[in-house]
Amino acid sequence: MTNPGNSMPNADANPFLEATGIHKRFPGVHALNNVNASFCHGEVVAVIGENGAGKSTLMKVIAGVHPPDAGSITLEGEPVTIPTVSKATELGIAFIHQELNLSDNLSVGANIYLGREPRKFGGIGIIDQKAIRRDTRDILNQLEMDCDPETTVRELSIGHQQMVEIAKALSQNARMIIMDEPTSSLTQHETDRLFNLIRSLKSRGVCIVYISHRLMEVGQIADRVIVLRDGENSGELARREIDHERMVSLMVGRSLTQFYQHEEHQRGAPVLEVSDVAVPGHSDRPINFTLHAGEVVGMAGLVGAGRTELAQAIFGVDGAISGTVKVEGEVVEINNPRDAINAGIALVPEDRRDYGLITEFAVRDNVSLSALDRYQTGKFVRQKEVADLAADAVDEFNVKTTSIENEVGLLSGGNQQKVVLAKWISLKPKVLLLDEPTRGIDVGSKSEIYQLIEDLAGQGVAILAISSDLEEILRISDRVLVMHDGALTGELGRDMLSEEAVMGLATGLS
Amino acid sequence: MKKTLAIFLLLAVIFLITGIIEPLFLGVGNLTNMARWTGLYGILAIGAGFVIITSGIDLSIGSLIGLSGSLFPLFLVGKGLPVGVGFALVIFLALTIGFTHGVLITKLKLQPFIVTLCGLFIYRGVARYITGEINQGFGNDFQGLRLIVKYRVFDVIPMPFVIVLLLGGIAALFLNKTVYGRYLLALGRNEKAARFSGINTDRMVICAYMICSVLAGFGGMLFALDQNSVQPSTFGNFYELYAIAGAVLGGCSLRGGEGTIGGIICGAAMVEVIKNAVFFLNVATESEFTVIGCVILIGVTVDEFIKRFAAKRRAKQQASGA
Repeated sequence: MTNPGNSMPNADANPFLEATGIHKRFPGVHALNNVNASFCHGEVVAVIGENGAGKSTLMKVIAGVHPPDAGSITLEGEPVTIPTVSKATELGIAFIHQELNLSDNLSVGANIYLGREPRKFGGIGIIDQKAIRRDTRDILNQLEMDCDPETTVRELSIGHQQMVEIAKALSQNARMIIMDEPTSSLTQHETDRLFNLIRSLKSRGVCIVYISHRLMEVGQIADRVIVLRDGENSGELARREIDHERMVSLMVGRSLTQFYQHEEHQRGAPVLEVSDVAVPGHSDRPINFTLHAGEVVGMAGLVGAGRTELAQAIFGVDGAISGTVKVEGEVVEINNPRDAINAGIALVPEDRRDYGLITEFAVRDNVSLSALDRYQTGKFVRQKEVADLAADAVDEFNVKTTSIENEVGLLSGGNQQKVVLAKWISLKPKVLLLDEPTRGIDVGSKSEIYQLIEDLAGQGVAILAISSDLEEILRISDRVLVMHDGALTGELGRDMLSEEAVMGLATGLS
Repeated sequence: MKKTLAIFLLLAVIFLITGIIEPLFLGVGNLTNMARWTGLYGILAIGAGFVIITSGIDLSIGSLIGLSGSLFPLFLVGKGLPVGVGFALVIFLALTIGFTHGVLITKLKLQPFIVTLCGLFIYRGVARYITGEINQGFGNDFQGLRLIVKYRVFDVIPMPFVIVLLLGGIAALFLNKTVYGRYLLALGRNEKAARFSGINTDRMVICAYMICSVLAGFGGMLFALDQNSVQPSTFGNFYELYAIAGAVLGGCSLRGGEGTIGGIICGAAMVEVIKNAVFFLNVATESEFTVIGCVILIGVTVDEFIKRFAAKRRAKQQASGA
């Protein structure tokens, strides 16, 4: 294992691309802090790290999506700047995103040549369809992909669509192909095909950058692994050093479990009992768990594990659910969020701007939106009481705003989050589902929200906190449920809680 | 509120400028005339406004006017039904139509534009079929009933204007003071957040389409009483466009979540005032539509610029605050 920050080109002395001292800041986050990485010809480099470690940001810097704030990039020894995606393409760098960027209404050939169609008659705008067909067939043959250039992309499987993206990259003479979670929606068979293709590209000298959460696949395909943590280099592993344990410990950065001050809550009677509820799309994996009064249960897992979907299913967002939900021992029928609210369940959704708030509304109107039916005479809103409710919430939650009439969209992220919390807590729920309760907010607001969670647990509310921030999970939870690929893969009590244990379950390997 | 005031001021300015150039424009007769049309179109614009606030659209308003305007005299004169029964039937029909639009849009997730475009064709066709293309009207009967639109309070204020103010008052209460109004504005702006807040968004959207259709149905009856001659194939043609134009001029955004009843009524008045001003300022009447189109275009462009300016200023405030 090499030291963090000390990138180590293997076999090839002259890497294809080398990034040195890369810094990138976003409002409130130092996404990349002095990151170094090198990528060689004919090498498969896996870039791994927890959610938010900076993998995607690093790739976006290299592919010209985000210019870096500081640092240098050299390409075959020559310094380059990559301010735009088209510049990256010109330099031979292709980025295949997790969500494919194809026009699925157009043919394979049209997609491969989109925006740079060969033209007839000296370029007056008439597309040379024949040339497209011929060249597309050539490239597809090289990839040993058996498919008609005229096929509409929509009709292809996801695996084949991905091949089309790779074909497109190759047709642009890509020498480095970055793949972001390429196997996330592939079947096992398609994954094998992709790996064969990667091996053949590698033998042709193409550099492959492979970003994945799936450590087992990384072990199969990678020649070298770059590990990032909290926006910094955490270490690198050469081919012979790659194993699951080493990867995990570099990802979490501590080989010993760090202990946080945590006072066990007084666990009361069961409040929420979930049986045989399945995440949409994973009906074969029924989920069962129970939340007790006054306890905080963390829910860990990687992005896409189905945690958000599970919480939303319980909250009735997608309509009636399979399985049963009991609140305080009574079966409740949940067909929509209103039923869930009436049963005493509240959900603080993951994305506050999209799901939690009406950003153009005043603080007052956001705080009261879910509770309006409790403040009505006939159907008329009791404006005075609603204003009092909002004013109390602003005080209690320490929302920094000059007036409850202010537009929520103008507040800082932390204050917006407090408004969302106030909105739900003012309903006096028995069960509080929190989805990423502190994402993207400042440290001060974070600790205020942790205190709030403590207080609510003290009042006997049963709390489920979904978080991709392991430190947060370890800090606030009495026990932790872990999900992987739509299934509940384990439960860890306080005594068994460690980042390694959580990551092991979350990556589906232990 | 600020926006409604701005719209009102703009209306006043157009009013005064036209009045100064051509004093006859401000004559009692002309004012009464404009008030009458403002009333009739204003009722439709309020309905269109509700739908637009949900970020939807209703293109079937004109055809529904043709249908209700044909059916009402047909029920009363042709079938000899009592006034109350005829009225109730038309209102019930309009509510059913609005409900159907709403259900197709929310439950089947069809696009509002398409659903109501189909409505535009269907209701026109039904009106023509039921009446056999024969003109409908009240002849010399029902003089008392026709006073609902023909009567002038204090000899100058036409009834349609009184009616639009009454309906507008109720609509404003509904939109600003009830939980439903708040739900409509919330879902129009951010449907997902509204649904996550436990609001039955489907029900509210259906409700908005029912309001729109029932006001169109009611408006159709008033137009029929006013005109006393309803040609089923053309009656109400394009009225949805006047209604939408009024709502948009009145500050509704087709993106949803925005609009006030006061603004909508001012917007409907503005369409009337412009039409009238074109006549009084000796602009060729053939250019009427061109002028209306240009005024709306300028209005929304200015509004967009103001919005961008405000957004920039807010971003600055936020940056300096943080």
